[in-house]
Amino acid sequence: MGEYDIIVVGAGHAGCEAALACARMGKRTLLFSMNLEAIAMMPCNPSIGGTGKGHLVREIDALGGEMGKNIDKTFIQSKMLNTAKGPAVHSLRAQADKNHYHLEMKKTIEHTDNLDMRQGEIVDLIVENQKVVGVKTRTHTFYKAKAVILATGTFLRGKIFIGDSVFASGPNGLAPSNALADNLRAHGMKLRRFKTGTPARCLAQSLDYSKMEEQRGDEHIVPFSFMNDEVGTNQVSCWLTYTNEETHKVIRANFHRSALFGGQIEGIGPRYCPSIEDKVNRFADKERHQLFIEPEGLDTDEMYIQGMSSSLPEDVQLAFYRTIAGLENIRIVRPAYAIEYDCIDPLDLKLNLEYRYIENLFCAGQFNGSSGYEEAAAQGLMAGINAALKISGKNPLVLGRNEAYIGVLIDDLVTKGTNEPYRIMTSRAEYRLVLRQDNADQRLTEISYSIGLATKERFDRYLKKKEAVAQEVKRLTEKMVSPKESNDFLIAHGTSPLQNKVSMAELLRRPQITYEALKEIDDDSRPILSYHEVTQLEVQIKYEGYIGKQMQQIERFKKLEDKKLKQDFDYGQIEGLRIEAIQKLNQIKPASVGQASRISGVSPADINVLLVHLEKQRRGGNR
Amino acid sequence: MEDTIAAIATALGEGGIGIVRISGEESLPILKKIFIGKEIKNRVLTYGHIKETDTNQMIDEVMVVYMEKPHSYTTEDVVEIQCHGSIVSLRKILSLVLQSGARLAEPGEFTKRAFLGGRLDLSQAEAVIDLIRAKSDKTFDVALNQLEGKFSLEIKEIRSLLVDILVDITVNIDYPDEDIEEMTYEKLEKGLVQVKERIDRLLSTADTGRILKEGLSVAIIGKPNVGKSSLMNCLLRETRAIVTEIPGTTRDTIEEMVSIRNIPVKLVDTAGIRKTEDIIEKIGIEKSKDSFNKADLVIFVLDGSRDLEEEDEEILSVLMDKEAIVVINKSDLKQQISVEDLKKRLPKAKFIISSMKEGIGISEIEDDIEQRVFSGQVKQASSVMVTNVRHKHLLEQAESSVSDGLSMTKIHEPLEFIEIDINRCYEILGEIIGETASDDIINEVFARFCLGK
Repeated sequence: MGEYDIIVVGAGHAGCEAALACARMGKRTLLFSMNLEAIAMMPCNPSIGGTGKGHLVREIDALGGEMGKNIDKTFIQSKMLNTAKGPAVHSLRAQADKNHYHLEMKKTIEHTDNLDMRQGEIVDLIVENQKVVGVKTRTHTFYKAKAVILATGTFLRGKIFIGDSVFASGPNGLAPSNALADNLRAHGMKLRRFKTGTPARCLAQSLDYSKMEEQRGDEHIVPFSFMNDEVGTNQVSCWLTYTNEETHKVIRANFHRSALFGGQIEGIGPRYCPSIEDKVNRFADKERHQLFIEPEGLDTDEMYIQGMSSSLPEDVQLAFYRTIAGLENIRIVRPAYAIEYDCIDPLDLKLNLEYRYIENLFCAGQFNGSSGYEEAAAQGLMAGINAALKISGKNPLVLGRNEAYIGVLIDDLVTKGTNEPYRIMTSRAEYRLVLRQDNADQRLTEISYSIGLATKERFDRYLKKKEAVAQEVKRLTEKMVSPKESNDFLIAHGTSPLQNKVSMAELLRRPQITYEALKEIDDDSRPILSYHEVTQLEVQIKYEGYIGKQMQQIERFKKLEDKKLKQDFDYGQIEGLRIEAIQKLNQIKPASVGQASRISGVSPADINVLLVHLEKQRRGGNR
Repeated sequence: MEDTIAAIATALGEGGIGIVRISGEESLPILKKIFIGKEIKNRVLTYGHIKETDTNQMIDEVMVVYMEKPHSYTTEDVVEIQCHGSIVSLRKILSLVLQSGARLAEPGEFTKRAFLGGRLDLSQAEAVIDLIRAKSDKTFDVALNQLEGKFSLEIKEIRSLLVDILVDITVNIDYPDEDIEEMTYEKLEKGLVQVKERIDRLLSTADTGRILKEGLSVAIIGKPNVGKSSLMNCLLRETRAIVTEIPGTTRDTIEEMVSIRNIPVKLVDTAGIRKTEDIIEKIGIEKSKDSFNKADLVIFVLDGSRDLEEEDEEILSVLMDKEAIVVINKSDLKQQISVEDLKKRLPKAKFIISSMKEGIGISEIEDDIEQRVFSGQVKQASSVMVTNVRHKHLLEQAESSVSDGLSMTKIHEPLEFIEIDINRCYEILGEIIGETASDDIINEVFARFCLGK
């Protein structure tokens, strides 16, 4: 039926980023979705970003991905989280208008050069000599491709659980994809079962907000995308309420009717996304659990009940929701459900997200054992980039743990594996102070531009910002202020007065002084900077010392990362390695000694043995 | 027939294993009185416990071996009891052995018996002594592990305190929306202070640990001809340093290893710090100052029969904050010095009146040295002791990380910056016990908190 460079299977958050990246890198790309209404669908929470996740979105944007721009177009409330803490963990989160989000993404895909989309179910891969060469659809059509990206989300052999009712289904009532799962197994892929869940949706008109706490967005809204300086405004509020002893009583009385406890679910669910029955069971002494009521969009009355995912029967769901303040007369329009699906063991992937045993087959998103829209999008983008690079015969793009949360995410998945749907957390990043959301462009845009993804426009913006910040840092460092000029100002801001002249930069280091405040004692030479530039500048000056320390750690870290290992090496040859280490190293075939050191079951002693071996080889080679 | 002798055969703390050796006809019967375990066979290492003879209370886990004459070191019946190397354990076992019929061996008595039994020639006897002194890490490994079991348990406990803190920080940073207790700076500070205190406590035992391994270094200082060399000879129980009436006879520092109450002590006899034009003596004086600065303990010897002179004053002024024993020698002569005045000037020092000539005060000095090493706090911690230089080094790094974190907490720096130091501390402590970084913090977060949508 056609011939493409790259075919992407699945048009969720991973698939969309993958397809857009491939097309933007000049590859003829075809994006398949079982249903075009499911493009960039948000089948769970109506928000993008949050701790760690917000960082991912910024990085996706800095690399030329779409998620940041799309949420900037479609958000209805925005909030910067963790502002009471330091700049490294500030995290942006926005409530999305789900339908609008889907439509905008679809529109972008429709208008992207080199990119076709098609409604249809892929049922098999065409593999020749351990190399993927195309796909086959349900309607017996074949498409040839140089590379294929699997981004099947929760569709593969999807199974929904509500109480004792179990049925084959994809998310949100869409059809599951069963044939592909069977055929992937036939190709030798080892698939396993993961599980996730989503709470009920109800109508806003049935809720009593007077019994809840209002959660408003920020007054000053910060855009996700580095391409935007100004974005829209808050249009909705979220609402906070709590479960109570009565709720827990209802749930406890019905534990036996939960699919989770009934043992029907074989998949492993994420610990950070427990169902309400799980919460009540495991944290029996907790008197209440909070729930956020969040709007699903502007054109709908549907509300998402965050914190209340469940696989209890519908009658129980209704009964326990009604015990909650403000939810007494709740009208549920979609019940909560648990969903189980097939996914791959990410240990079978290389760092470029290519499947180890079939060449040019790339994998991304929930299929790789992750969870979350942002995690999926990040992998989709990288799978897309790497598929495009691979078929052009170029080196893969692998981001380091020191370069991006995306690097942490993929390295964690591919090196350590995961036993539950994987969620990014800022605490997973060793170099959190450097991997901030404010500097994602400084870390990544140049890399992306060099591989032909980030546009000239984005690259220029990045350069301009970099230059403006550098200029202003220089000016502030050189501009001296006397005690006479500044002491009134300093006292007014609750900080100690000066004895001697110091630079403006020195003053900015004080926790009480912001760049904005400095305006009071500044002069005409002060430039007008954008939000992104100001943030960058403040962080650079205020936390210079700590960041410097972290940069040194990164230098040490890189030493082991730079010691590369051959992909076809048999670790059984090295004397002194423990058997477990040999097995693990042979399974994962790490790209560097650094990656090897992160494999569970490889001890520091094994790493020393490995280093000795490398040194021996090096000397042997020089002889 | 010779009587049965017993002694602690290992230099105290040399390894961490201790051996009580018994030699003579009564060796086996004595052992049987105090040992619970399997049947003892000739030349078979047997596991069991030592118990109190009357209360049957367990004293220590031990390995014992019985070597039937003449195929033993002394050519007599010999029993060796291998126990934990702690002074408490060794002393207790030795005293039980003595209560059960053995007599305390004189220094070198085992070797002497071996020599007399025709097992050793003289040169071999010397070699044996060297062997005893040499640190034989391999043999002691097992025991070290036992001792270090307690040490690593303490490290694990400190780490679990750190986990509590790290989990709280993580959950606060990664779950700002959740209904959880806020990590306040007050709470953080409290936790970090606790961690720091426990690391400090461990570090304070590090010195005892080192002393037991490498010897306590004791510098003897004083102006010439007050009796420094005599004191050294008394402690060594032999005439080594030249003792004359001419000041400055000891031109170089003399170092001697000596066992005082079974504690290895490195005695450094200094040349005094007299002002001099004599080049050789000058060098000696420089060395004195150096060894004085490095010493764990200083013994300041004064001539009680002479008034304080400029040199004494000089020493007094540098002694102010040093651990010191002040020995007022020559109590056999008419006393000129007021001890009361001196006590006011050196409130931290211990004063001992002595006469080297008549052997007065020597045991008091020995008592004091012993007491210092095993002083209250040390004794208590003797089960958890840092004996390993690597461990000490790592502990110091851990201490510095937690201190950094603490000072940042005090000025309310952002949590994620403080977390780096705390995490570093956690990692270093993990290095000590060979536990490498893993996802344990994140695992704990989900085990302890109810999180998520």
